[in-house]
Amino acid sequence: MGEDSEAKEAPEPPQGASSYSFAIIFITLALSLVALFIAIGAFIGNQHELVYASVFLIIGFVGLASSTYMLVQTRGRVMRMRIEIPPVMTTVTCQKCGFKNVRTFERGDYVFKQAGPCPKCNDTLLVSAIYREVKEKPKKEMF
Amino acid sequence: MLKEVKNVTIMPQAAQLLGSDPISIAFQIIFTVVFVVFIFYGQRIQMYVMLNEVRNSLIRLKYIRDEGRKATIETIKELGKPAADPTTRVDQFLDYITIPPEAMDPSGVVWKLEHILDVQDTRFKDEVKLMAPQADPTQINNLENSLEAAMSLNLIYKVIRHYYMLGKKTYSLYVIMQVQMALPLIMREAEALSAALKAFTTGQPIGDGAGQLVTGKMIYGHEQRKVEKDYVVSTIQIEGRTVHVLKAEGPGGNVGKPGEAIKQIIEENDGKIASIITIDAAQKLEGESPGEVAEGIGVAIGGPGVDQFKVEEELVKYKIPINAVVIKEDIGDAVSPMRKEVTDAVDVAIESVKRVIKERTKEGDAVIVAGIGNSIGIGQ
Repeated sequence: MGEDSEAKEAPEPPQGASSYSFAIIFITLALSLVALFIAIGAFIGNQHELVYASVFLIIGFVGLASSTYMLVQTRGRVMRMRIEIPPVMTTVTCQKCGFKNVRTFERGDYVFKQAGPCPKCNDTLLVSAIYREVKEKPKKEMF
Repeated sequence: MLKEVKNVTIMPQAAQLLGSDPISIAFQIIFTVVFVVFIFYGQRIQMYVMLNEVRNSLIRLKYIRDEGRKATIETIKELGKPAADPTTRVDQFLDYITIPPEAMDPSGVVWKLEHILDVQDTRFKDEVKLMAPQADPTQINNLENSLEAAMSLNLIYKVIRHYYMLGKKTYSLYVIMQVQMALPLIMREAEALSAALKAFTTGQPIGDGAGQLVTGKMIYGHEQRKVEKDYVVSTIQIEGRTVHVLKAEGPGGNVGKPGEAIKQIIEENDGKIASIITIDAAQKLEGESPGEVAEGIGVAIGGPGVDQFKVEEELVKYKIPINAVVIKEDIGDAVSPMRKEVTDAVDVAIESVKRVIKERTKEGDAVIVAGIGNSIGIGQ
């Protein structure tokens, strides 16, 4: 693509998350689980170590939450890589009897194309519309 | 002795400040370190976060660009059946540049720009013919549009990469900040172009073709003749008025030259035109629904402005009133496969056109109705 020498410095698209990031995530996860075990042990074992137990409990939960968040994020990044385009539909109608058929778009379809005989009245079918339907969640907006 | 005295006086103060509990001391130290680090390196940390954000978007842009390039090459191979591999030629095409005319002396710049655009169009068509020798004229138009979309994606990727690398090189917060702030809109545009590329390679109608769909529906089944340039005209009767309906020739991806076509019809009628109505897709504002139809005054022709200029010249010359009917949609929807809401709005737009004709002209008048936009996937 006529790339210049600088192109080598450009970031390469990952095929998912790197093994390095996964290692960090799993180490964090393991350490947070250890912290949680220590906290539980301290709570059960010695009531005088309540402060230590609370600190480990917080560290454990924070570590667990952050590693889970990072895992979800890496998965989301892989999913975002895909380009999703809603399916495009072709509506074929009969001008005479009103027969209507909605099917998936095929290469070669165009609006006002004659699409063979009508199965009901044998008149010529016409491609009347080609469109994509975007399903948006209803939003509650004030304006 | 002096040392001991110092220890005795300092230690209780430190203990008071940090607390006697080792955990409290540890937390105090951590907070102090974090505070100091943020004072001195706050901006740099912010810059790293921004750079990372730009980097992630750049990775996605590269993916979109590569997918677009791959899809274009595959379509050229499939439709054009070239003897040699078109990859090198496509890569060369993606780096094409068009230099706009110098506008220091703006007089006559429109004609210069028109000439540059004509040369570009001819060059692009010739290139596509060389890449895809077996493609028919409709497919050549669609492939040309696909290559243009791939070219835009390539340009977006390269510009963002330029700013990313410049930011990394100079560590300038302002260089990184401006690209990071513009990224959400740029990503939307890139994703829309990616959808457009899919539409162009398969010949699906795009949102920009809303105006062409309106006039296509008006002239379907009526006698048509070709006019300047890449337009067809059909003369129909609406409420006792003679209406010349113009549409860019489809179903290939083609915007034609509406300015030339309108000019030709005006000249053919010796300037005796009661009204001109242009129908186009218009950018909706956030909060507006796609497919809303609006009416107004003025020449609704987008693009580089050459055609709008030509029509305005004719309007002034013959004192012709101008009306516009627009179908609103998102900028992303304009280059993506046409939305159902826009398809459904076509009948509403036709009713608007008829109403404008009825209200703004008299029986026996001649009217021009021109569809503006890309006619890909829309026949007549």
